Amino acid sequence: MTSVPPEYFLALAGLMFTIGVVGALTRRNAIVIFMFIELMLNAVNLVFVTFSRMQGTVDGQVVVFFVLVVAAAEVVVGLAIIVSIFRRRRSANVDDVNLLKW
Amino acid sequence: MTSAYAPFIVGVPLASAILLLFFGKRLGKLSGIIGSVAVGVAFVMGAIEFLSIVDADHEATFSSYHLFDWLAVGGFHVGLDLLVDRLSIVLVLVITGVGFLIHVYSIGYMDGDERYGRFFAYLNLFVAAMLLLVLGDNLLVMFIGWEGVGLCSYLLIGFWFEDRANATAAKKAFIVNRVGDFSFLLGIFLLAVSAGTLTFAGVNGSAASGVLGGTTASIAALLLFGGATGKSAQIPLYVWLPDAMVGPTPVSALIHAATMVTAGVYMVARLFPLFEAAGFDVLLLVAWVGAATAVVAAVIAAAEYDIKKVLAYSTISQLGYMFLALGVGAYSLAIFHLVTHAFFKALMFLGSGSVMHALDGETDMRKMSGLRKVMPITGVTFMMGWLAICGIIPFSGFFSKDAILASAWADGQYALWAMGAATAALTAFYMSRLYLRVFEGETVLPAKLEATHVHDAPPSMAAALIPLAILSVVGGALNLPGVLSFENFLGPVLGEPEVAHGITAWALGIAATILAGAGIAVAWSLYLRPGGLQLRDRLERMLGPAVRAARGKLYVDRAYETLILQPGRDLATFSADVLDRKIIDGAVNGTGRLIAGSSEILRRVQTGYVRNYAAVFLAGVVVLFSVLIIRVAA
Repeated sequence: MTSVPPEYFLALAGLMFTIGVVGALTRRNAIVIFMFIELMLNAVNLVFVTFSRMQGTVDGQVVVFFVLVVAAAEVVVGLAIIVSIFRRRRSANVDDVNLLKW
Repeated sequence: MTSAYAPFIVGVPLASAILLLFFGKRLGKLSGIIGSVAVGVAFVMGAIEFLSIVDADHEATFSSYHLFDWLAVGGFHVGLDLLVDRLSIVLVLVITGVGFLIHVYSIGYMDGDERYGRFFAYLNLFVAAMLLLVLGDNLLVMFIGWEGVGLCSYLLIGFWFEDRANATAAKKAFIVNRVGDFSFLLGIFLLAVSAGTLTFAGVNGSAASGVLGGTTASIAALLLFGGATGKSAQIPLYVWLPDAMVGPTPVSALIHAATMVTAGVYMVARLFPLFEAAGFDVLLLVAWVGAATAVVAAVIAAAEYDIKKVLAYSTISQLGYMFLALGVGAYSLAIFHLVTHAFFKALMFLGSGSVMHALDGETDMRKMSGLRKVMPITGVTFMMGWLAICGIIPFSGFFSKDAILASAWADGQYALWAMGAATAALTAFYMSRLYLRVFEGETVLPAKLEATHVHDAPPSMAAALIPLAILSVVGGALNLPGVLSFENFLGPVLGEPEVAHGITAWALGIAATILAGAGIAVAWSLYLRPGGLQLRDRLERMLGPAVRAARGKLYVDRAYETLILQPGRDLATFSADVLDRKIIDGAVNGTGRLIAGSSEILRRVQTGYVRNYAAVFLAGVVVLFSVLIIRVAA
């Protein structure tokens, strides 16, 4: 069986990460931005797994589990903040939340 | 030989000073008596020491007392040692004797002052410090006394410190003295390093034996003489003494006429072998400074209207005589003049105090005349002082002043003799001007005073005036050739001075008397003779600029003002306004302003928009990775 070369995985991960960055920077809806951040995290996870397979070790995969757990916790906190902002302002637009400055 | 009383001579006035300092207020009137008795006891002990020295054979002409070792650094030792010899005992007797009379006088003079006890505490402290100065066996002990008298002088000049002018005069005295003291201290350091000892015997010994090089000895002697010019009010540091007259009059008499200001004379006499060993002729400089001071101060005194200031300039002038005597090698004559001057100048200061006491503090001689008729004791005693300082035979001033002039002549210093003789004539003139205006002629009192209010000296003041007047008259007998010889008495310590003999001595004496008589005659014709006023006007027109210069105190104070004080103030202003406010504050404030300003710009970066932050993150990551990649690739 011919395996898929690792470059393909890396290219896919790079593509996902780029889409994530561009999306996170361009979108205004906080939930959408959140989703793009998740996309970037998963791109990184894919890179970890790819290199793990290339090396033949499980270190990278262990890190992926960590990332998944931390991402889950982060989503919980982040979504809670977004929900409470939405309750106050009737909006999830990040550009409306710009008081934390100077 | 160990002296039995030496430590107590200093200790008793010191103990009394401490007692009065703490309990003076509670003791009230008693403090004046305690203070006087303490000095009287010191005088009695001094007299006992004096008798034991006179009795002793020639070998044991001194006794010392070792209190304790003060400093011991390697081979360098300084002990708190007292030395009683023929020189120091003479000074002890003058200080305690005249001091006692002035204390008694102060009981009456300071009566009713709110700080009565404090006054006697300071006066006692002064006497203790002065006694330590003359009894110290080494330069460091002398220096304690030297600074102690300076401190007391400061405290007593500013005794009525509520008046700003008095406080300023006190500060001036202290600061000008500090200049001299600094020089003195440098001299002590130099001697400690180069001679390895500070005892008078040690310093004089190493100077005489040549251990101390001529150059080192010159520098040390010059530095010590610098100290003497401060304390003894000589050119260029005499300016503090006239201002010091704002203090209570007994203080002027004791500190600024009889004792403290003579400390420099005593010091030079004590260390004369050092001055003689100097490679550069320091003694000649001493003589010239003394003679110049004598003339300058006499000229200013002749134009002064304030009684006490005339006496102050007169003191400066007479101190100049003493330095002239030291400079021509007549050390014992300098001390002799010191003694007679202490008598007659203290007398005249106390007399002027009596006048002030009677006239409600008035010191301007233009506002008074003919006072002898209303205050006979003061008038007659003052007359004795006047005749003594003018140098009329047989008053004490004649003997001491004539001897100094004769020894200047015998030393071949004819220019110095001429300056001294001119000073003698000027002295006779300005003292006669003072005496004749104030005490002779028609009685005139300051307008605001009732004639009934004016009174003669009260008993305690008269009790001081009369003995001093007697001493002023007969004090010259101390050095009457063939009878009692002050020179011979001091000979073992100070050596025999060179004096003129025979026909020269007579001629010089007659010349000095004629000059004194001329001075008195001129003053009489100007101030007492009818028509003197017109004569004075004419003279003043003729001598216009000279009179104005003398009235302006020869512009010395103004010269100090422009040459030293103003640049000093300018430097301080420059330091404050430019160095501190502009440069140092500027640097600190500038740093603050730079940070505040840059923050003002940089805080705009913080927009509050999450996406902006994310973009900056990205840019940061891109930059970071680019750098990493480039470095790895390289």
